[in-house]
Amino acid sequence: MIDADDVPRVIVAERGRGDRVFHTFSRMASALVLVLMALIFLFLVTRGWNALSRAGTGFFTHSQWQPEGGTFGIAAALFGTVLIAGIAIVMAVPVSIGAALFLVEYSPRRFRRPLNSLIDLLAAIPSLIFGLWGRATLMPRAINVARWLTTHLGFIPLLNTKTALYTTSTFIAGIVVAIMIVPICTAVMREVFSQAPVGEKEGALALGSTKWGVIRTVVLPFGRGGMIGGSMLGLGRALGETIAVTLIISPTFDLHTLARPLENGGNSIASLIALKWSESGDFGQSALIAAGLVLFVMTLAVNALASTIVNRSRSGLATEI
Amino acid sequence: MSDVPTVGIIDLTGEPTTDDDAISVIPDRSGPRDADPEEPRRLVSAWDSENVIATGLAGASSLAFTWLVYERLTPLSGIVGFLLSWWATFVVISFLVAWERRDVLAARDHLARTLAVTAALVVLVPLIAIMVGVIGKGYHSLRLHFLTQDQSSVGPLDSATKGGASHAIVGTLEQVGIATLISVPLGFATAVFLNEIGGPLSKPVRMLVDAMSAIPSIVAGLFIYAALIQSGYIRQSGLAAALSLSVLMLPTVTRTAEVVLRVVPGGLREASLALGAPEWRTTWRVILPTARAGLTTAIILGVARTVGETAPLILTTLGNTGFNGNPFHGAQAALPLYIFQLFRQDLPNSVTRSWNGALVLITLVLVLFIIARIIGGRGPGHISRFRRWRLARKGLA
Repeated sequence: MIDADDVPRVIVAERGRGDRVFHTFSRMASALVLVLMALIFLFLVTRGWNALSRAGTGFFTHSQWQPEGGTFGIAAALFGTVLIAGIAIVMAVPVSIGAALFLVEYSPRRFRRPLNSLIDLLAAIPSLIFGLWGRATLMPRAINVARWLTTHLGFIPLLNTKTALYTTSTFIAGIVVAIMIVPICTAVMREVFSQAPVGEKEGALALGSTKWGVIRTVVLPFGRGGMIGGSMLGLGRALGETIAVTLIISPTFDLHTLARPLENGGNSIASLIALKWSESGDFGQSALIAAGLVLFVMTLAVNALASTIVNRSRSGLATEI
Repeated sequence: MSDVPTVGIIDLTGEPTTDDDAISVIPDRSGPRDADPEEPRRLVSAWDSENVIATGLAGASSLAFTWLVYERLTPLSGIVGFLLSWWATFVVISFLVAWERRDVLAARDHLARTLAVTAALVVLVPLIAIMVGVIGKGYHSLRLHFLTQDQSSVGPLDSATKGGASHAIVGTLEQVGIATLISVPLGFATAVFLNEIGGPLSKPVRMLVDAMSAIPSIVAGLFIYAALIQSGYIRQSGLAAALSLSVLMLPTVTRTAEVVLRVVPGGLREASLALGAPEWRTTWRVILPTARAGLTTAIILGVARTVGETAPLILTTLGNTGFNGNPFHGAQAALPLYIFQLFRQDLPNSVTRSWNGALVLITLVLVLFIIARIIGGRGPGHISRFRRWRLARKGLA
């Protein structure tokens, strides 16, 4: 029946001129993203090199910032950044897990869409507004919380204070940043929780498990990657937050003061750049660009790790926010 | 029939039966069902009346308990502390009530539910507080001429109702407009590439778009300053601000557009190709129009994200108290920068002015967001009333 000469026809799509132009154009547009990222890195390195080479390893160990005087380093700013981001993560992650579980497992179906919209809206509010609100509304209330914490739990290392001034502190900046990163953490966790296998959930229910039993034995283990990844995406945002932090903290370069987060004064790389830029000369700007380079590399590393974890846990679906 | 014991009579109606009328009777299920007294039916709904009453009573008793301890027995005060203690007492009491009514498993389940509801409320409280705070502080001295006048003749001690922010609003509109003109075509082209063309380049591109969305906004400003302003290509101006904003807008637009293009049905694409249309025509005439609603959402979300960005503007445009309508030359104001600079002056009237600006800004973001939600809620291929009218005029529908 089969003719020996009847081999499958080779199908070669001959692209017309229009398609060739189309392919080249969209390929170039996406290559531009690659080029842009390379350019950002390149320019930050070349412009920051002047200061970076002058400071050497001192750039990471000095805490003072006097580029014109010759002694400068990002130790204090880096420490402050990590502290603010750490406080934010500690507060935001439990809330995000709870809110994501509520959205996926507990909330009545008809509330689900409006609630998602409200959380997305929280993500759309500019960080400037968060800063204004944090400074004007939150700060007077947070002072009391800080005072209570240090009076009753002051024996814990990070909660002790030396002065009785609790405004403009790392702690308050941490609260505001926590509010800002909750939407992104919640969005990622919500996506992952909603993909928990239905069969296993129903299996747990059929065995007589309560809802909490289903969550504990199916949803949370399944969503572990999403929880870690979502938290790290939030961490990446928290590290780079600029304006809200700048509006709230009053800068300090003393590492001992920074180690008491409830007390007046804080620091972060991004706010250092925002505050010092206009008063810096050429060399000072070079030093600030070097600080920006450190921030860029740090957020990129955290973010790349986070997306890898999230993507692995969700088998190839892209993040959606 | 005779040696098999009759077991076939199932009678749940309660009427007397004899062996003579040995027929199956379908039980009457219209009335209330008789539950087995040995094993009561388990309740699966969480919000039956009993639970609601128990929760309400737990709330009332914890309120009373907290009031007694907090206000009377201990020297504590303050509304925040009171609410926190009330909440903590409520969690404990409702846990104990659930334990008492059922068992420890039910109590744990109840506790998890309470905590999840609390977390959801904790997320919403700041949102409401911010909205109320901005409106409350901003509306007193907001006048209509805020949109038409500038700050060139206003001193820091002048009344907060004097002058306006037209210079800043126009600046922001121009900067965001230019940023949109740059990043939307690029973002859409990249999204089309990722979805329609693909290839070995698509994986690194997707990864880097992800990474790009995490660039701290101040770094975008640093980049434009280091690459273009220090090199002497452009001066600090509206254009520089627009370029730094487009760096931030590009990943948002690309990622949203990619997700939207992914849901265009493959059948449409294949139908067009099967009719002999080249790929570019398929994309231009079939795929992009089908995803029109979603692509509009992508643009709006990109705009909403960048319209309030402040950090890059500190570096790229210097701000201006007067009106400068030309984004290509000279310092230009921007609404976020206007708010930021006035707030940092720390004078009562300046701060009030900055709250006025904040109210305008948040209204802008809110309106954009709501439009995006309305449009984004439509599925692919939705034809709006306006489109239908235009198509009808062309005689196509």
